[in-house]
Amino acid sequence: MAAVEIDVNYVAHLARLSLTPEETQRVSTQLGNILAFIDKLSEVDVSKVEPTAHAVPLVNVTRPDVVTGSLPTAEALRNAPTKANGLFVVPKIVE
Amino acid sequence: MEYEAVIGLETHVQLKTLSKMWCGCANEFGAEPNTNVCPICLGMPGVLPVANEEALRLTALTGLLLNGRITPFAKFDRKNYFYPDASKNYQVTQYDQPSTLGGFVEFELNGGMGRVEITRAHLEEDVGKSTHFDRFSGVDFNRAGVPLLEIVSEPVITSPDMAYEYLNALKEILVYGGISDCDMEKGMVRCDVNISVRPVGQKELGAKIEIKNMNSFSGVRHALEYEIPRQIGVVSKGGKLSQETRRWDDVTGMTETMRSKEQAHDYRYFPEPDLMPFVPDEPYIASIKACVVELPLARKQRFMRDYQLPASDAQTFVWDVPLGGYFESAAKASKSPKAVANWVINNLRARLTETKTTLAEIKFPPAALAELIDLVDSGKISSRIAQDVFAEMFNTGEAPAVIVQKKGLLQVSDTGAIEKFCDEAIAANPKSAEDFRAGKVAALNFLKGQVMKLSKGKANTNLIGEILEKKLKA
Amino acid sequence: MSTLNQLTAGELARAIRRKEASARQATEACLNRIRQIDGQVKAFLSYDEADALAQADAADRAVAAGEAAHRPLLGVPIAIKDVLAVRNQPLGCASKILEGYISPFDATVITRLREAGAIVFGRLNMDEFAMGSSTENSAYFTTRNPWDLERIPGGSSGGSAAAVAADECSASIGSDTGGSIRQPAALCGCVGLKPTYGRVSRYGLVAFASSLDQIGSFTKDVSDSALLLKAISGVDPKDSTSVPESVPDYAKALEGSIKGMRIGLPKEYMIDGMHPEVSAAVKAAVDQLQKLGADIVEISLPHTDYAAACYYIIAPAEASANLARFDGVRYGKRVDGADPIEMYSRTRGAGFGPEVKRRIILGTYVLSSGYYDAFYLRAQKVRTLIRQDFLNAFEKVDAIVTPTTPTAAFKAGEKSNDPLQMYLSDIFTISCNLAGICGISVPCGFLKEPKLPLGLQILGKPFGEAALLKLAHAYEQSSPWRGQKPPL
Repeated sequence: MAAVEIDVNYVAHLARLSLTPEETQRVSTQLGNILAFIDKLSEVDVSKVEPTAHAVPLVNVTRPDVVTGSLPTAEALRNAPTKANGLFVVPKIVE
Repeated sequence: MEYEAVIGLETHVQLKTLSKMWCGCANEFGAEPNTNVCPICLGMPGVLPVANEEALRLTALTGLLLNGRITPFAKFDRKNYFYPDASKNYQVTQYDQPSTLGGFVEFELNGGMGRVEITRAHLEEDVGKSTHFDRFSGVDFNRAGVPLLEIVSEPVITSPDMAYEYLNALKEILVYGGISDCDMEKGMVRCDVNISVRPVGQKELGAKIEIKNMNSFSGVRHALEYEIPRQIGVVSKGGKLSQETRRWDDVTGMTETMRSKEQAHDYRYFPEPDLMPFVPDEPYIASIKACVVELPLARKQRFMRDYQLPASDAQTFVWDVPLGGYFESAAKASKSPKAVANWVINNLRARLTETKTTLAEIKFPPAALAELIDLVDSGKISSRIAQDVFAEMFNTGEAPAVIVQKKGLLQVSDTGAIEKFCDEAIAANPKSAEDFRAGKVAALNFLKGQVMKLSKGKANTNLIGEILEKKLKA
Repeated sequence: MSTLNQLTAGELARAIRRKEASARQATEACLNRIRQIDGQVKAFLSYDEADALAQADAADRAVAAGEAAHRPLLGVPIAIKDVLAVRNQPLGCASKILEGYISPFDATVITRLREAGAIVFGRLNMDEFAMGSSTENSAYFTTRNPWDLERIPGGSSGGSAAAVAADECSASIGSDTGGSIRQPAALCGCVGLKPTYGRVSRYGLVAFASSLDQIGSFTKDVSDSALLLKAISGVDPKDSTSVPESVPDYAKALEGSIKGMRIGLPKEYMIDGMHPEVSAAVKAAVDQLQKLGADIVEISLPHTDYAAACYYIIAPAEASANLARFDGVRYGKRVDGADPIEMYSRTRGAGFGPEVKRRIILGTYVLSSGYYDAFYLRAQKVRTLIRQDFLNAFEKVDAIVTPTTPTAAFKAGEKSNDPLQMYLSDIFTISCNLAGICGISVPCGFLKEPKLPLGLQILGKPFGEAALLKLAHAYEQSSPWRGQKPPL
């Protein structure tokens, strides 16, 4: 099984994970090995197989459109690292 | 070389539900920040979504109102991207198997008709709202998890006006069907615009440029009025456009680059494992079909065709559906539907407003209005008297004929009696008679009024005119 | 008589019901035991003594008010894996990223345990976000195997298994995504039950892989598994994936003979690399089941070899989305940055441990543009085949028997540098989650030197927990392993 090269920096950016250069190097090698292992799935003939997203065959699960209440604001914000005036505060969003 | 624009619109509309899409928080605009939030819409650890059945119903109904179809199997997917207003850092949406597919919207355009095909209408969740301050931003999650319908058009729109009229027609349909209040001020409707240009006759589309997050229809029109010539300008000078996302600036009236194709998101869609698929059965689809109302444009056209109404009257009955319904009941009993429309719009509606009465509380049946108009048309009462009869009908609910008879309001068409009133009027107002003879036509109206007064409003208006003129010109 | 903390949940509930013991005494016995030995075992991340005792006093008042008759767990101390939300208690998933987080609500399982009268206490150690097989991935410390403190207790619910094995609680709750209940139960010598997907509400369970996760119990015997399952099962309007199947009286289902029940032995599970004493123990257990009247049938689960690969696509992919919410905006740790993107990356870079990062990267990669069909979609299709293998097998047999793990507990540090080797220690347990069926691990003997517990895995049909428990109970009652205690 040949190890697979993956662009860890690109994927880490997508996942919003800062990695040290050593971490990047290590993860790159480890994931290469794991992906090579995973590659065995390509042996399986799945041409006539439907995908399984759920292990139980259940459909049409809904709830009635009823207002059941909310958290008190203090409780909603209780765990916030930074808050002000009832808002969750984050570094300035610039796009 | 001549160029043409190819435009597609993605319109996001907040659904009119009581509660949010996945939790029991109120779907309500204008509350204090972070008061309509719970662990579920805040994406706290351990929570799970459960789909709001009304949101699914409204989505399916929209599909039918837009002449599309309800799909036999719909599912939700996760669309992954990080943003502070996304409480889970993924949005739950319907990616490849939406609740509805296909359809079209028809609308009036430059005196003719326009039509835009719909690709799909699918259900997703709204995100929170960020407010920007000097050095930081603040997030309010009240809007997070509000059910949001995305209606995707085919790229068949060719002009800013067409986009504008399509959006208005779409809004009218959604308000009409009870799908959304579409209150633009409250941000209930938002649009992403996709535009490309190509030489006329070319099949392939040009580079797709997206303008994100437009919150007014006139903004969409303005942005297109700017963007189309801009793109044609670039291409016709031999320049090359590349796929990008742009932002419309209302103040400068220009669009500017937000991100290029290289910076485009990689959304990593996959089926939402926390939600089961939706497989509507026949009774469910039938129950939704039963809720399909006549669309606004069809109704307008029908009123104009069947009752010979002018567009403005028909539009009134499109916007006020119950009033239109009342009109229809009265018009069916009448030979002059246009007169019925006048009475309903000018008199009845005004009385209802003045007296704070609802249509259901009106004391007389719709046919009585037709009867009243018939009394005028057949010359039995004057239009002036008809106003009094109407007032009495409105107060007591008595039939017009009964009122006319009881109060002795039958129109006087006896020439002898009218001649007598005319003589009296001319004698009492020699100056006016003189003025008329000198060519002042307005003086005749004054004299007509005097005659009407003498007859206590019962004299036949046409006869008064004829007799007065005859006498004055004699 | 054994001390109260050594009793099974059933025995303790009976003693309290008969007023031979109080909930307070039982709770104090557990707390004493924790004080005495948890410095070595390290099963608990934290516990709120005052809250536990207040619950115990409330339970004693309920006993006095005559509620014991309809509250089967009244006064029984049950400890909770740090992955389940308990109102006003910390919820950390053994991760730095949730440091200081207090949950504003109770998981449905917690609500149901409270209704049944249990004293819900403690936060049990685990692999960070339930990713791991040894608890070495806990951001705080590694839990030790009560049978040998040099060794790991298994994972990810290692704290839950060790706490029950060491008699620090009457029973505990864990979660199982690829074996995280059955594997540590086997390695610590207790009974671990993973119910059918949809049997128990996941509301309040911090999701690792939503389509695979299920909550289950660690107990001192099989009849306790039945008792707890009855208490926590059933459809929940807060979980769209919970199934509206009736909940049988599992304790009643334990009674009677297993004569004529058909048990399948999958030939694919007889792999190289299995410890010979493990094969021998399983073989002895199978012989025992046969003696008890069961028919043994060889079966085939042809896609077994693909289960691990399939699992290591689906689970990380779902996890990559499930763990996106830990971003430092609404709760948890934050490391500031100039803009949100920098803040996210720093927060998550500092807050997650290496294994979690590895799985997030793997999961993000397999879902990223251009790879979805080759990885995720293909894995979902292979998942269909694996589930179909089991459904086909269950046409012929009532249950399937395998070893729970290929080896007994390994030493701390032995596999922590090779993630792939670590992943393969779940090889016998993973298929059950992919197929969505139920499974249980019951003690089936010991490795001779050193003396380490071994587990027998029994897999059952979807919602076939009654048959599963019946077989496990019959085996347990006829075997000498029940009631053996680690030498602490």
